[in-house]
Amino acid sequence: MNTYEPVMGLEVHVELNTKSKMFCRCSADYFGKGPNTHTCPVCLGLPGSLPFINKEAINKCIQIGLALNCEVSEKSLFERKNYFYPDLPKGYQISQYRWPLCINGKITLENRKVIRINRVHQEEDTGKLTHQGGETLIDFNRSGVPLVEIVTEPDFREVKEIRDYAKKLQQLLRYLGVSNADMEKGDMRLEANVSVRQVQSSKFKVQNELPKYRIELKNINSFRFMVAAVEYEIKRQIKALEKGEKLAQETRGWDEDKKCTYLQRSKEEAHDYRYFPEPDLPELIIDSQNIKKTRDSLPELPWDKSKRYESELEIKKADAQILTDPKELADFFEAVLEHGKKHGVGVKEIANYLINKRVDINSVLPTQIIEDIKGKKVGVIGDKEELEKIAKEVIDENPNLVIVYREGKTTVIMVLVGAVMKKTLGKADAAKVREILVELLNDPGV
Amino acid sequence: MQKSKLQFKIQNLTELTLIETIQALKEKQFSEEELNKAYLDRISTLNPELNIFLEVKKNTRGIPAAIKDIIVTKGIRTTAGSKILSNFIPPYNATVIDRLLEHGISVIGKTNCDEFAMGSSGENSAYGPTKNPWDPTKVPGGTSSGSAASVAGDMCVFSLGTDTGGSIRQPASFCGVVGLKPSYGRVSRYGTIAMASSFDQIGPITKCVDDARMVLEWTSGGDSYDANCQKEKEKFTLQPSRLQVGLKGLKVGVPKEYFGKGLDKGVEKIIKEAILKLEELGAEVVEITLPHTEYGVAAYYILVPSEISSNYARFDGIRFGHARDQFGSEPKRRIMLGIFALSSGFYDDYFAKAAKVRTLIKQDFERVFEKVDVIVGPVSPTVAWNLGEKIDDPLKMYLSDAYTIPASLAGIPGLSIPCGFADNLPVGLQILGKHMNDELVLNVGEIYEQATDWHLKKPDLRFKI
Repeated sequence: MNTYEPVMGLEVHVELNTKSKMFCRCSADYFGKGPNTHTCPVCLGLPGSLPFINKEAINKCIQIGLALNCEVSEKSLFERKNYFYPDLPKGYQISQYRWPLCINGKITLENRKVIRINRVHQEEDTGKLTHQGGETLIDFNRSGVPLVEIVTEPDFREVKEIRDYAKKLQQLLRYLGVSNADMEKGDMRLEANVSVRQVQSSKFKVQNELPKYRIELKNINSFRFMVAAVEYEIKRQIKALEKGEKLAQETRGWDEDKKCTYLQRSKEEAHDYRYFPEPDLPELIIDSQNIKKTRDSLPELPWDKSKRYESELEIKKADAQILTDPKELADFFEAVLEHGKKHGVGVKEIANYLINKRVDINSVLPTQIIEDIKGKKVGVIGDKEELEKIAKEVIDENPNLVIVYREGKTTVIMVLVGAVMKKTLGKADAAKVREILVELLNDPGV
Repeated sequence: MQKSKLQFKIQNLTELTLIETIQALKEKQFSEEELNKAYLDRISTLNPELNIFLEVKKNTRGIPAAIKDIIVTKGIRTTAGSKILSNFIPPYNATVIDRLLEHGISVIGKTNCDEFAMGSSGENSAYGPTKNPWDPTKVPGGTSSGSAASVAGDMCVFSLGTDTGGSIRQPASFCGVVGLKPSYGRVSRYGTIAMASSFDQIGPITKCVDDARMVLEWTSGGDSYDANCQKEKEKFTLQPSRLQVGLKGLKVGVPKEYFGKGLDKGVEKIIKEAILKLEELGAEVVEITLPHTEYGVAAYYILVPSEISSNYARFDGIRFGHARDQFGSEPKRRIMLGIFALSSGFYDDYFAKAAKVRTLIKQDFERVFEKVDVIVGPVSPTVAWNLGEKIDDPLKMYLSDAYTIPASLAGIPGLSIPCGFADNLPVGLQILGKHMNDELVLNVGEIYEQATDWHLKKPDLRFKI
């Protein structure tokens, strides 16, 4: 019986959260908006329109590249990837091919394995098709939204490495604030290249020869399905090789009902994208000063922060990881630490409290955590009427915030909660205060 | 003095240049309404015969300019001479249109052109060929055929054309008017339906060089909608102190490659006389060589179709216009050529090699411009030919652009000005300059123009009036 190991690489597409689209001035924030309301001649590909590079997107792409230890090319080029599809209004996608913006990066997984990043390049998204009955509808709101493609070398050998990589990448993107990286919404999309090879029995044989074929798993919209497809694919390919079949390059999709992958395109049907330099755009020149500036302004990355918690704060690795994910929790934790210092509450107590009580950081103030830990519950105002009175005072004192809240920006309520807490000298339960405020604010009579 | 000259000409106010028209309007010698009416009358008389305008706007305000139908105009049908866009009404204006409107110019109509600006004679239009006002049995040149013919026939004050491989210069030459292809990057291409993006430039076709300078000043300069036209410093501004001392000190290069086999004897004679005139005006004329000229047409017909094959993918009939089966044969031919040249396995032998030739041609010019200030030669090897004469021979048609294509590959400015007649048909002198030195090209052209009266000659259109 032979033993096999999978050889896998990932391509991840990330939609950036820039204000405007990649090559025009339309808002890139299209989610949930009426169809074709975020469009213009450029992203509709109307005759005569031309692309214009969005610098914010380039900057975010560079941030991703730098965070993944890539070299940033001082000179790179956009190229056209030509293919026909109704969701691609120009008949080509402006992408990068021979001269990508960022190259040769790496990222370290939990198992300490280093995954090499081949490239991080900038491109644009397509429109979206909806099939309804016998008709196909096209929404171009997504057309031209900045997309960054992150391509690894075929360094993955286990499915759990893929999972870990995707999770780390998502966390990184959120730390950088360059994308919401929400897989459900399609902010982050995965494609996998999967092949398997026989593990050589002799220790002396060179083992790094790549299989002669690879299967691309594409158009799989959820992370769960992708993992299922990869797992299925590994088994399918081993079985085929065992039977002595020869595998060839092809693209496969995932059938969730039948729980199997299926052939989408064979090698013969593969596109010839006819890449050539985009004549509408000049070379992309990034000077080294700018690269340095961007590098210096990168936030502390999640794994660095986690390590610092371990070394500086002597927090256990597992806990450090919990506390650094998401970034908001880490920020909250660090705010509580500051208050803790003043009141003699230690790191461990705070960390334990946050982890064990699963504190909802959106409804509690950092100061309150300290109060709670110190057990300073003495004199807590439990009387609803009294709290209501104070809450009304605060509402009267902050008419502007009330307007903002009623216009729909409900997060400002935390400012009001803070004001109430201040008035009560912290002797109120913030969650309860919040409840009361919501009630009052939703009552138009107040 | 100026005034009396103007008053003398006012009888035929459609003969006034742009600068004279502005002056006359300022002096209230006639109203904008009268001006528009005069031009509209001429159009309604002449257009049925010459097929110059595809669309006419009955304006009463503004200074009427004719716009090549490949430049999009908000609310005015823009067909690019193709059936595919027979129902396309653009929702936006090209940058050049907005800039003209700011200067009190109005669009009197959209002019006929070869389908998607592909051709050299105007005969590739899906709406029938435009005819040459000098002789309606001849082609007006292409692809800005209607734009050149409309100026020659005094059916507008000036017009805009586009030039990818000679499409402003050659019809200007065939129609005896002034045509400027500005430096690539000088005028925003936003809103001009692309033929080949790295070549296309929009430029004026006018009754005199001074007018071309003014229109260039209005339309040029950085645009945040065209990434290849960004630099505000490249805005062209009128220089108050123009050369007034003739051409003393100017070095004029004459490329021997532009006087070889294929150049019509009659045209050659006229061009040589024009060069003598430049010498008379004080210029030092030197023979130069542009050794890669002979590869220009071949490189051009790889690179341009490659860009076309990609640019024309959007004409799928899904969002606007009709389906691709409506493409005429020349666009189809170029799309197929381009797809072939870019295909994997062929890219290095075709596209990449042609791109290298393009660099060599650029270097030819750079080397020469270290020694001379401008280059002069013929625009076209022949005068206007008979309608139908070359339409079935694409290669012959391609070769007729051999003298205009090199400047397009190099992105440098090129001017065509009237310099005489051969076989009773106009001949244009081509003046080429360094990239972004459109100013000098115009100055040389203007000094020549002031010393001659070829630009004042008008076609006899009594055959119709």
